[in-house]
Amino acid sequence: MESGSGEGSMMDDYESLISTTDAELLKRSWRNEKAAPEILQFELSLVQRSTEQIQLMEETVEESMASGVDPLTVSLYQMDLDRTQFLLRSYIRIRLQKIEKYMAHIHKTTELWNRLSKQEQKYAQRCIEDLKEHFEKSVLSKLPDRYKSSLKQSVISEEDDMVPEPQLDTYVICRAKRSLGAFQLDDSAEENPVSLDAGDPYAIRYKSIKSLVYSGQIDLV
Amino acid sequence: MATQSDPHASEFSAAELEFLAEDEMIEIVPNMRMETLNLICGDFGPFHPQIATQVPLWLAVALKKRGKCTIRPPEWMSVEKLTQVLEAERDSQKTFQPLPFHYVEISRLLFDHARDDIPDIYMVRSLIEDIKDVRFHKIGTGLEVISQRTAALKLEHLTAMEVNIVRPFVVRALQAFYKLDSPEMIQESDLRANRRFPTANHGPKRQLKR
Repeated sequence: MESGSGEGSMMDDYESLISTTDAELLKRSWRNEKAAPEILQFELSLVQRSTEQIQLMEETVEESMASGVDPLTVSLYQMDLDRTQFLLRSYIRIRLQKIEKYMAHIHKTTELWNRLSKQEQKYAQRCIEDLKEHFEKSVLSKLPDRYKSSLKQSVISEEDDMVPEPQLDTYVICRAKRSLGAFQLDDSAEENPVSLDAGDPYAIRYKSIKSLVYSGQIDLV
Repeated sequence: MATQSDPHASEFSAAELEFLAEDEMIEIVPNMRMETLNLICGDFGPFHPQIATQVPLWLAVALKKRGKCTIRPPEWMSVEKLTQVLEAERDSQKTFQPLPFHYVEISRLLFDHARDDIPDIYMVRSLIEDIKDVRFHKIGTGLEVISQRTAALKLEHLTAMEVNIVRPFVVRALQAFYKLDSPEMIQESDLRANRRFPTANHGPKRQLKR
């Protein structure tokens, strides 16, 4: 995928992996999820760890308040807690919005469906059922037979043509942590490789760099 | 959050950019004693009077608000450095000077909360305003170079706030050129244009690759 990766970059990966805090990782996942047109893989273990840290911090704050620790210290712990909670909530909320928007598409695409957490799958399932029931009760049942599907415009449609899909062709703005050398854009053989330098933002089609987003080599901003 | 519900959900709001900038590290000089803080975002301290230490900006501002420290403005925020940057920005029509990714947000936060810690604050403030203006002007004219199908556009040295402002325009312009240049896309754009009145459309869809 990338030509410039040797042993050196493997070491860098390892270095950055052990020196990166969960707070950083959560922030990155939040930004990526916010900027990506499609739903990304749910960060199960990261979310679990962050939830645990939040619970621990909540306990610390409560204990400190009870035992009369300096109120300034307590308020700083509380601020840190608030910031982490904001990130986590916002992350989950963005995902729910994407699920609501593209639920039918996500549901019928196995790859996307598997990116959801168990709870998200449950939520999506409920959403789909409720929406279907609502449409049927309010409109579809009163329409002629040919127009009763909530996914197709009419019986002559060969595929589900009323299912909104995320637009993967859209351009996104991204930043590489390290220089990625000459990168051949996925889907465009006719174009020259693009050299992605570290730190500078690029506007690129999401589709051509999505594998770099999946592997964490590039951040969306 | 307001931005989350609108169609350009991927844009960050000013408040969200500020949130991100608040994680940037900055040097403070505490005037009190405090144990090391073991926070989720890292360990900071211990704090001793008159001994400088590095903390995230949000922590610095919180301490500053309570009169517990002075903030040392970053090096790039000096009159001397900013004057150089401004001159260089004015000298070149095409290139941008490297500045911290969150320079707008960081300077805003410091102007709001640590006025008394910034030497020559009026000068610094007006220099940053000027730099901002010159850069925005250049960005505006610079974007005229988008004139054909472009696979990747390098926004060299652009910072978070600037990226966020040009995003809607750049994304739409690049998409438009991409579509105009690619025959297979014409169908797609028809399809999207017709989505609101979908009855007219029975054309084949582009398959998602992968």
